[in-house]
Amino acid sequence: MTATERTATGPAAATDEGGRIEAAAREIAAAGPSAADPARDPVNQAMINNWVEAIGDTNPVYTDPDAAAASVHGELVAPPAMAQVWTMRGLHGVRPADDPLRRMTDLLDEAGYTSVVATDSAQTYHRYLRPGEHVAASAVLDDVVGPKRTALGEGWFVTTRTTWYVGDEPVAEMTFRILKFRPPEAETAPGGPDGNAASEGRATTGGKGDDGAGRGEAAAATVLRPVVTRDNAFFWEGLRVGELRIQRWGGTLRHPPGPMAPDGDLDAEPDYIVAAGTGTVYSFVVHHHPPVPGKRLPFVLALVELDEGVRVLGELHGADPGGVHIGLPVEASFDRIDDDLTLPAWKVRS
Amino acid sequence: MTIPVGAELPPLTVEATPTFVVATALATRDFQDVHHDRDAAVARGSQDVFLNILTDTGLVQRFVTDWAGPDALVRSISLRLGVPCYAGDTLTFTGRVAEVDGDEVTVSVSGTDGLGEHVSATVRIEVTA
Repeated sequence: MTATERTATGPAAATDEGGRIEAAAREIAAAGPSAADPARDPVNQAMINNWVEAIGDTNPVYTDPDAAAASVHGELVAPPAMAQVWTMRGLHGVRPADDPLRRMTDLLDEAGYTSVVATDSAQTYHRYLRPGEHVAASAVLDDVVGPKRTALGEGWFVTTRTTWYVGDEPVAEMTFRILKFRPPEAETAPGGPDGNAASEGRATTGGKGDDGAGRGEAAAATVLRPVVTRDNAFFWEGLRVGELRIQRWGGTLRHPPGPMAPDGDLDAEPDYIVAAGTGTVYSFVVHHHPPVPGKRLPFVLALVELDEGVRVLGELHGADPGGVHIGLPVEASFDRIDDDLTLPAWKVRS
Repeated sequence: MTIPVGAELPPLTVEATPTFVVATALATRDFQDVHHDRDAAVARGSQDVFLNILTDTGLVQRFVTDWAGPDALVRSISLRLGVPCYAGDTLTFTGRVAEVDGDEVTVSVSGTDGLGEHVSATVRIEVTA
């Protein structure tokens, strides 16, 4: 897809999706705080010891019973900055179904904003926690803003407010903001750094967010690459030079290319023709989910019947998914991924 | 104890080695791959694994209580992230007293690494001694 096409089709699609995300966010926010969800473990010395060891915090009120007894606390306490740690989900943890961050994250994942980075955290500690106390967290969706162009990619800022309770007593609160963004390889168009760094949430500098390199280079690392064999190498070589080559066995065209003549003649040797590149959609799918590396959702995969008679598969660019139909006239286009790989693709014939 | 507004805190330097990044991510129970899996972090557009925000909160707390002493009560920590802190970088915290109101002291903290300002934070503590 070229930058021009993107300009032509981008805003309408973005507005649609944006409106849908905003409506869902309003609904999630209106649902109010989630039910208080208890931490896996009570506040405990082992996790405190691991934490202060990793952070390098030598404050004795967390680890030394005598020093703690002599301090303002009178006993061992947990580091306030661990408030959030107690209710982290861990390796296999799943947020409860009513958790607003989970609901919002699922929604944005589905829309292709699959990466996350935290940008802001504001924690207030009403009192210190002691080992043995068991906290539970309740969260509410505060704010959702987007889509914003950031140096990391296009994304949405999601703000939640969490309250930690011991029993009915609120012991700590947090406002937390994340950026859910499309990783750079999922960008479909060069676009250029039209927004450069984010206007808010400055977590956006660094990374290889420079999308000026264009779709090809950005996608190269993650695109699913074909297996090139002796039988189909001519096809991939053709794409690299802008030719859609079709295998020919005598008078018979064959695609995808195979090792043997359709009539089973083991002595036959194939050559190829260069197709005119024009044809019509024979069948197609609109892919909405799951996200595919290097692709922006939704995208259209079309099986195109060439005027020469064989059918070739490729992504159809520049078409409104709702407007694609069997019989739609298309012509070949070439998605250059990198020096080694160009993928066959289609664009609507005007 | 009288704490003057404008007083500078002793700087704290932290070597953000890969081990440090991973150890702190796990100690804060944060298993996001970008904090322990370099390939995954690179695939998501980062140059390496990087510190998580829970660790920043912990480091900011440590930086302020190292200076204020074990009897200082930490009441709030607000922070905003800037550039990432990738494994292999060095993070230096500086801070100054922004406000004093009776027992309540507000400290402004900045953590910078090789790429620029990684975190800016405001910490409110209560100093009763």
